[in-house]
Amino acid sequence: MRIFRILLVGNPNSGKTTLFNLLTGLRARTGNYPGITVECRAARIEIDGILVELIDLPGTYSLSARSEEERIAIREILKNTPPSPDLALVIADATALERHLYLLVQVLETGLPSILCLNMMDEARAQGLKIDLATLEKSLGIPVVAIAARHGEGLEGLKQAIASSIRLGLPVPKDPPLTLHPRLEQALDRIEKAIDASLLPQRAGRARRALARWLLLSVGEDELSEIPPTLRALVASEEKQAFEDGLALDHALISARYAWIDTILKQALAPPSFHSSTTERIDRFLTHPLWGSLAFMTAMFFLFQMLFKGVEPIVSIIETLVSLTQSWLRHILPPGPLVELLANGVVAGVGNVLVFLPQIAFLSFFLAFLEDTGYLARVAFVIDRLMGAIGLHGRAFIPMLSGFACAVPAILSTRTIENRRDRLLVMLTIPLVSCSARLPVYLLVIGILFPPGTSVFGLEAGALLLFGMYALSILSALGAAYLLRHFLLRGPRPPFLLELPPYRWPDLRNLLRVVFDRSWAFVSNAGSLITAITVVLWALLHLPWNAERERWFEQRLAEAKVISDPFLRSERIDQLVRERAEERMESSFAGRLGQMIEPLIAPLGFDWKIGIGILASFAAREVLVSTLGIVYGAGEEAEAKDIQGRIRQSKRKDGRPALSALSGISLMVFYLFAAQCMSTVIMVFRESGSWRWALLMVAYMNSAAYLASLLVYQGGKLLGFE
Amino acid sequence: MSAAEALTLEALKEGEEGIVTAISAPKPLRVRLLELGLLPGTRVRLLRRAPLGDPIEIEVRRTRLSLRKSDAARVFISIPKSQGASP
Ligand SMILES: Nc1nc2c(ncn2[C@@H]2O[C@H](COP(=O)(O)OP(=O)(O)OP(=O)(O)O)[C@@H](O)[C@H]2O)c(=O)[nH]1
Ligand SMILES: [Mg+2]
Repeated sequence: MRIFRILLVGNPNSGKTTLFNLLTGLRARTGNYPGITVECRAARIEIDGILVELIDLPGTYSLSARSEEERIAIREILKNTPPSPDLALVIADATALERHLYLLVQVLETGLPSILCLNMMDEARAQGLKIDLATLEKSLGIPVVAIAARHGEGLEGLKQAIASSIRLGLPVPKDPPLTLHPRLEQALDRIEKAIDASLLPQRAGRARRALARWLLLSVGEDELSEIPPTLRALVASEEKQAFEDGLALDHALISARYAWIDTILKQALAPPSFHSSTTERIDRFLTHPLWGSLAFMTAMFFLFQMLFKGVEPIVSIIETLVSLTQSWLRHILPPGPLVELLANGVVAGVGNVLVFLPQIAFLSFFLAFLEDTGYLARVAFVIDRLMGAIGLHGRAFIPMLSGFACAVPAILSTRTIENRRDRLLVMLTIPLVSCSARLPVYLLVIGILFPPGTSVFGLEAGALLLFGMYALSILSALGAAYLLRHFLLRGPRPPFLLELPPYRWPDLRNLLRVVFDRSWAFVSNAGSLITAITVVLWALLHLPWNAERERWFEQRLAEAKVISDPFLRSERIDQLVRERAEERMESSFAGRLGQMIEPLIAPLGFDWKIGIGILASFAAREVLVSTLGIVYGAGEEAEAKDIQGRIRQSKRKDGRPALSALSGISLMVFYLFAAQCMSTVIMVFRESGSWRWALLMVAYMNSAAYLASLLVYQGGKLLGFE
Repeated sequence: MSAAEALTLEALKEGEEGIVTAISAPKPLRVRLLELGLLPGTRVRLLRRAPLGDPIEIEVRRTRLSLRKSDAARVFISIPKSQGASP
């Protein structure tokens, strides 16, 4: 049985995804933020006994394209290798047909059978718009149906229109009767003749002509690949010649299209003056210099607070479950490498994946809520000025801000940035923002160096240093964004042309769907890799297994357990457990590696024990705290206070203190810059689609970390601080 | 270029209307603006400026659009004689 392919084409925010979900029941992403559907979704359904495949294309204002992402729409529409499209369902917002029909004209030019679907009829009615469907059908020459996708209204009519169009053999729509300037027409003829088979193999006249028009508007300061240089040159020279004669070809073509739209709408539309008083009233408040800024800061503070504190109870439930599972495993299995592998490798690995979920779920919910209400576009509007200073788009703000909590959900949230280059740029700089996993590291070191009460210029030394760390982290993230923009991810900065959609009530089912989709995307894309790497790290930190020494410790422990004095007994057991952990770690692969890299990190002021800590931090940065606890003999579960005390008293082999003030600051600076967290690296790999970007990030961040620490330590030494 | 032509979208006051007369911008921006309906002869209204003064929000063809001041400065406009008598 033949499957008919139907493309859902429409401007951003016209309701394509809502309609797609309604028709298919397979709820894809919907949002109230222009351009949210980055990927293309497809689903098969049956309409009146006919099998069709629906494809939800990314929202676009026009088919013309400057980048490969924008080229998706024209590519799908003109595709003539199977599976090629049979029908375009063009969705237009009935409340703004003056603009939304522009895309339809372009689709009609290609000759693809089309149906126009006027969505948001509920809002159009509320605004008092009168649309004459019959006149519209007659002038456009295609079926027109009115729906309100969100309320399921008009769905039957739409299905009938699709079914009857297919039964009628998919009639080709009439060519839009545009009045083109003769000069433009000649230029287009010449471009059309020059289109060779590489761009459009064996496809008939209409499609070729549409492609010529597409080339005219798209070529020039673009980033499209695959367009032959000869064709580029031809377009450029046609434009230049016409311009010398006083005609801008692109302008002539676009105004011819709009002229036709305006003629049609003059007959078919009885418009009242533009008003969406509710949106206007809300905007007067939410973009007001004072109230708007306050509302903005309140929203961002709430986001921040939730990401840091709000999710904590759920995270600790997950952590408790993980440790319960671990002790249960230790209980039912005999001690040995196997149980350690299961408990500290596999279970801890799964735990490492799960702990991210509360933040991911919250951040996706929050973003989807802002999107669906329409506020997200205003966030970009309000903050774009600041972000623009470093060459970023206003939309980059929330992902960057979320980076203070954790880079993993933040990187996932860059999906709301539609331009690929911008998205990569944000993705590669987020990990420089000091995330919450660095805080325990900063606090540990500060606690060692400056016990509470140490003051500088009457200010708490530790607080000053912590403030300095955050300030440095923000500056370095901004600096990196600037450098990446100017060297690696160069190219025309996409103009900030953002539509501000009307405020709407969000749909709870839709929000929950988004939360589920994003969480699932994380677990399925990154989950297994994160678990696997946790296991590898466990092996590095715990193998080779020295059976003889383990037996020795088991025996000593057995002896200790029968000491009658309870105080002595527990002290002896504690001591043995601490020593065992310390010995295990020092003789592990990571321990040996730590000793091997000592010459490399000595110039930064670190010894091999810190080296082990740095290696262990690949699991997550805060692991440094417990690792140092072990190597400095404070035990695995020690409180930060005890660890700090131990390190403060410890000496290196040469008798110098284990961590001088200078090497402590150097260590913090190292953690500020270094790309250590493997979950972040995996996220960048998954979301950028290639290891190249992930490795680039690891390389640039770690080189920066090394150099910055070197500078701090050696510079400090020169200045006589040590 | 006459004085009237030198007026740009960027210079409109909040709530003020103008009629696009020309766009002078590099091709990518020009095509985008034109395709969004900012054609010569089109009526536009400046709704507001962002709290930090940039970008601005305009109304055009029944939609709200936000663009940076530097881009808006490339859209030339004239002030219609009958302010307030819009359709
Ligand atoms: N009032 C009303 N709102 C609707 C209707 N259809 C969709 N919406 C809302 O319009 C917003 C945008 O809908 P989406 O389905 O995400 O739009 P889209 O075309 O997929 O948008 P992009 O993916 O960004 O291109 C959502 O907030 C929907 O709830 C409708 O018929 N009436
Ligand atoms: Mg969508």
